[in-house]
Amino acid sequence: MPDNVVLHVSDVHKNFAGLHALSDIDLQVAEGQTHAIIGPNGAGKSTLLNVIVGRLAPSRGAVVFDGTVLTGRKPYEINQIGIARVFQTPEIFPDLTVLHNVMIPALSRRDGAFRLNMMRTLDSETAIRQEAEDVLADVGLYERRLAHAGALSRGDKRRMELAMCLIQKPRLLLLDEPTAGMSRHDTNTTIELLKKIKSRGMTKVIIEHDMHVVFSLADRISVLAGGRIIAEGMPDEVRGDPRVREAYLGGAH
Amino acid sequence: MNTILVTRNDLLLLLGFTIAVLAMPIWLQPFGAAYPDLMQRFAIYGIFAIGFNILFGLTGYLSFGHAAFFGVGSYAAVWSFKLLTMDAIPALVFAVLISGLFALLIGYVSLKRSGIYFSILTLAFAQMSYNLAYSVLTPITNGETGLQLTLADPRHLDQALGISSRSPALLGQPLLGYAGFYFCAGLLIVAFFIAQRITGSPFGMMLRAIKSNQTRMHYTGFNTRPYTLAAFVISGMYAGLAGALLAITDPLAGAERMQWAASGEVVLMTILGGVGTLVGPVIGAWIIKYFENIFSAFNEGILHRTFDFLPDGLEDAVVLVTSKFVGEGWHLTLGLVFVLIVVFLPGGIMEGVRRLVHWARRPAEPGRASPRPQPAE
Amino acid sequence: MFEVILLQFINGLDKGGAYALIALGLTLVFGTLGVVNFAHGALFMLGAFCAVTFQKLITLETVTVDPSQLSPWGTPVEVREPLVQAWLGDFGAVLVNYSVPFSLLLAIPVMLVIGIAMERGLIKYFYKRPHAEQILVTFGLAIVLQEIIKASFGANPIPQPVPTDLRGAADIGVMLGLNPGIITYPIWRLVYFLFSGVVIGAVFAFLRFTTFGMVVRAGMADRETVGLLGINIDRRFTIMFGLAAVVAGMAGVMYTPLLPPNYHLGMDFLVLSFVVVVVGGMGSLPGAVAAGFLLGILQSFASMTQVKALVPGIDQIIIYLVAVIILLVRPRGLLGRRGVMEA
Repeated sequence: MPDNVVLHVSDVHKNFAGLHALSDIDLQVAEGQTHAIIGPNGAGKSTLLNVIVGRLAPSRGAVVFDGTVLTGRKPYEINQIGIARVFQTPEIFPDLTVLHNVMIPALSRRDGAFRLNMMRTLDSETAIRQEAEDVLADVGLYERRLAHAGALSRGDKRRMELAMCLIQKPRLLLLDEPTAGMSRHDTNTTIELLKKIKSRGMTKVIIEHDMHVVFSLADRISVLAGGRIIAEGMPDEVRGDPRVREAYLGGAH
Repeated sequence: MNTILVTRNDLLLLLGFTIAVLAMPIWLQPFGAAYPDLMQRFAIYGIFAIGFNILFGLTGYLSFGHAAFFGVGSYAAVWSFKLLTMDAIPALVFAVLISGLFALLIGYVSLKRSGIYFSILTLAFAQMSYNLAYSVLTPITNGETGLQLTLADPRHLDQALGISSRSPALLGQPLLGYAGFYFCAGLLIVAFFIAQRITGSPFGMMLRAIKSNQTRMHYTGFNTRPYTLAAFVISGMYAGLAGALLAITDPLAGAERMQWAASGEVVLMTILGGVGTLVGPVIGAWIIKYFENIFSAFNEGILHRTFDFLPDGLEDAVVLVTSKFVGEGWHLTLGLVFVLIVVFLPGGIMEGVRRLVHWARRPAEPGRASPRPQPAE
Repeated sequence: MFEVILLQFINGLDKGGAYALIALGLTLVFGTLGVVNFAHGALFMLGAFCAVTFQKLITLETVTVDPSQLSPWGTPVEVREPLVQAWLGDFGAVLVNYSVPFSLLLAIPVMLVIGIAMERGLIKYFYKRPHAEQILVTFGLAIVLQEIIKASFGANPIPQPVPTDLRGAADIGVMLGLNPGIITYPIWRLVYFLFSGVVIGAVFAFLRFTTFGMVVRAGMADRETVGLLGINIDRRFTIMFGLAAVVAGMAGVMYTPLLPPNYHLGMDFLVLSFVVVVVGGMGSLPGAVAAGFLLGILQSFASMTQVKALVPGIDQIIIYLVAVIILLVRPRGLLGRRGVMEA
């Protein structure tokens, strides 16, 4: 086990009306690593992510990020600690422009959870705007920055949501199937993008179905099945593990 | 789109608005509405609607209880006249502060819920205020009679300064007739300017983002409650200011100003003009107050004269039908128009204007989809 | 003390019955169609005016001048004879006397037609639109309906007669073995309570024991699944809206002798009924009924002089206060399901 662990998920259980969605989850993610969580549908992957970001409270156990207990905190507090999340179906501001969508998270990083700054204009925030335009250029959406976000294609929405997270420079980025529903070309672009972030040292937890994406990106993989972690290790170890083949790879392919 | 350009747009809008408001006595002449009493009401309800839009238009929280703050503003202003001085400034300050505090209290509780629950909570609080104003709070509100000025009022400040003004004044200048109108008009312009600044600020952007997707706001690190509460209190203060101005033009405050029907009226104004826009709510307020004034005055005699070019039988029939929609029946017209607007033109008059402009320009730009209503401009 | 409490308890029953009936319809419409109907109070008001109309119709009179009789002033006497009595004889007299309950016969078809027309003509276009827009459009509709009534019937309340046999008060205390004169209760209010109980029972029985009702209940629980079964939910929901209108209308008809109806009766009751629905739990039918009676009774207790002396003005705000507390402490309401509109 590496010694520079930033995210500890220890002994997490989650029950829904008697149904064990998660049991005995222990997970350590080391700083700067990309940790993938894979598993068949209904294995509890999204539930685990929801527990980490504070959307769901675990029935037992705790999540600790860099010495701070996340359990029991509100989603906005967890984000202010430095954890950002990309959703499976993009959560964006459809009524605002792409540029504004990306400027808002930047303002959150600068101003905190609340600031009553109503006597300056948004247009005078040139530094924030510049930063947003840079990030949009990174994800390839600079040309569409003045479009309404609601009018973007599904793939563009996902890339914009990624930009909204990246501009916060989070210490931990959680990605829930970032390439689901994307074309092969878009998927490859996204992989390249995520690799680029990795070189900046951002820690990532990624849930993914697409094995191509997982094996291109992950440093470590945990396999979730029936709400339990059944295997964990380096990509090659997991690939060779017969239990994993049976539970997941064998079933799906 | 660079920084300077947008600021210039804002400035032009403000300038245009200022001219339109100050020139009301001229351009309202042909409409027969250029008398101070009515124009004052245009300004007052314009302020009310602008403030309501800061909450409903930007955050999407539909309050059905804003008349309570309007009423509180009126009461506070009259009390200031009774206890302190007939000068308008202390009355306004006092009214805005009290209604702001009141909004803080009600908003703190109501904003614990959203959607229809929020609407019902605000409605419940407004009805409570209304019922209490009529019953237990009679010592403060004077119940059904309404709070009035009396000869026995102490007016400590005026007495100390040896002033014996009998009507609301601004630094000794009585606020009657055109003076009263220009006072209200000036405040309307200030109110518009502040709303413009709020809309264009990062704070205003956060409010619009809350309306667009509150979940994303939470996961982006924002505590949305203080934002919505701030918007609620600001719009409550606007309502209080409008209520106080109404008390200045006529120093009398009654509980009926707090009734749900009055809360509904400001909703109508905002929707009719165009929710989420800066100018729309003001236009909505003007139109409703104008037609209320004109339509209410219509009677069968006027209708007969209007339609006397028609053959007799037809004239009688037309008069019979139209008479149901004017005079006492003005609210029927208002209700019908409102339903039609919500069904066919949810963006109100402002969206209608945009569609018209777009339609007129269509040959020049073929193949473009109809523009989405801008959340604010 | 026991008598005092009992008296206040039954004093709240008739008002509670009215709240429950209106809230029942609101809940049905919200649960089935997902529509927040601010015009529901107007349906209650329309029902009340069905009673007014019916009473006007059956008391139409012929006026004949009889020159053979002279009044003390020396002018010929005008003889007035209700048409109904002339045509139907004794039954006509009964009809006039019992005009309020008989007007249910007029109200039921009228309200059904109004309800269905409302749903098909306007409400159905708002299923997919946000709650705020539903509130706005039904609020506008409520204004239109009440203004039409105002234009047709004027602004003043129009009293309706209680049938002669049901006037006066019943001594309930004696029935319960207490001394006479302690607990007396106007008979018509008792009738209203029983009536509301019967209607509520009928609605529940209808939903529980008919196929139609089962489909509707299934639809309330999970609309999409029922839709997948190939059942035409929409048509049933249209009828459901009509039924909700009928229930509200009947509640309005029978309430007229207790409170002379005027055009803003609907809005007065609407605000209270929404509070009832919220307290009971949005989407819960038993919750709506329970909360209706609970709030009716609470209001009656709050109107006691002793209570008012303790907390001045409590009778004016008790219902709203309860709603505020419920919304803050238990947002899904007394009997609401977890997760339904808890936002």
